Amino acid sequence: MTPLGALLIRDMRLAVRVGGGALIGVLFFLVVVTLVPFAIGPDLALLKRIGPAVLWLAALLANLLALDRLFAVDHEDGSLDLLLMSRSPLELVVAVKGLAHWLTTGLPLVVAAPLIGLLLNLDGAAQAGLVVTLLAGTPALTFIGLIGAAIAVALRRGGLLLAVLVLPLTVPVLIFGVAAANAVMTGAAPFGTPFTILCALSLASLVVGPFAAAAALRQEIE
Amino acid sequence: MSLLDLANPSRFLKFADRVLPWLGGVTVVALAFGLNQAMGAPDDYQQGATVKIMFLHVPSAWLGMMAWGIMSIAALGTLVWRHPLADVAAKTAAPIGAAFTLLCLVTGSLWGRPEWGTYWVWDARLTSELVLFLLYLGVIALWRTVEDPSRAARAAAILTLVGAVDLPIIKFSVDWWNTLHQGSSVFRMGGSTIYPTILVPLLVMAVAFTLLFVTLHIAAMRNEILRRRVRTLRLMQAQAAS
Repeated sequence: MTPLGALLIRDMRLAVRVGGGALIGVLFFLVVVTLVPFAIGPDLALLKRIGPAVLWLAALLANLLALDRLFAVDHEDGSLDLLLMSRSPLELVVAVKGLAHWLTTGLPLVVAAPLIGLLLNLDGAAQAGLVVTLLAGTPALTFIGLIGAAIAVALRRGGLLLAVLVLPLTVPVLIFGVAAANAVMTGAAPFGTPFTILCALSLASLVVGPFAAAAALRQEIE
Repeated sequence: MSLLDLANPSRFLKFADRVLPWLGGVTVVALAFGLNQAMGAPDDYQQGATVKIMFLHVPSAWLGMMAWGIMSIAALGTLVWRHPLADVAAKTAAPIGAAFTLLCLVTGSLWGRPEWGTYWVWDARLTSELVLFLLYLGVIALWRTVEDPSRAARAAAILTLVGAVDLPIIKFSVDWWNTLHQGSSVFRMGGSTIYPTILVPLLVMAVAFTLLFVTLHIAAMRNEILRRRVRTLRLMQAQAAS
């Protein structure tokens, strides 16, 4: 097995087995969505109208929750130093860690979204739109978040700072993800424009994220 | 003395002490002249006297973006050459840039209330400017969280370079999206669409605000260098005592 493949499997195992497993993110997602009707009242028409936005927001927060410890755990137990010294390029190592994070956090959210959408009275078209946009958009959230996780790696109160650093950068993803999901549901606006921009954001963050995060890790750990 | 000599903190301190009184004086004169011109500018036929808010709003928006640009250049200095003065420049530019961005947002709101009927709309230009303000606060928070100054500088440098993506979004937001905020009217192909009686005071104010920024930035850099020297002296004292 190649070192990067081994790292992918190690990270996924850790994500599934340690700290409540991969489903903790989905559970958080469910809890946030459940809170919404309590806050704004059980008006099904209103819930349906704001449903995609609520689910996108909840997915964003659930994704952020798991990012906090992405590099910090490795930094604490010393395995990050081994990764830094390994012969594989650090950018690829970081990208593989991002991929493992997305597979264990982003992908379960994508799968769970249509079911949780039922709670917000979403119909079939809206659910399909949600799955497609989350599938295209959650990689951007993960790979933008990588940068914040790498910058905050050695900080004692990194979690709160991570949210402050990362959330402003995810604004475009949220805008175009929700725009595309709403376009599917209402049919009032074209779907293609926001969706292609969403894909572009994901692809761009796939390139920028690992390089910036690797640079941050090299600077932080010396 | 070449520009590179200023990279030495001691020489920079000498330089700052020499130029700051002059810069401060020129800034006061330029601000007084600009404000006087702005007061003397005729009212807009539609907006009335509220157009005068623009003489503060537009230069603060430019300066808010310029400060991030300076931080980005300083970030390169930090990451590539590991230069302490670049760290100092980046750190001290952040609060000043945040203040100009806040000034831009507040003056824009005050203008928007009578003209648009609301303090705030979620338009692309306003949103991207608010994101810039949040990024400033994030960078300042990062500077305050990391104790070791040179490590804080490197972490903040990476965040600064990533956040620089927001600058073209702000600049072109009025062209890419159909916004309530008016389109580019000063720097555009085919010349400015602003009448000279308004444009000239606006540019004078822009120069005055730039001078204000440079003055504040050099003063803040001087203070930061002195603060670091005090910190080093304290550390040495504590080591000697133990």
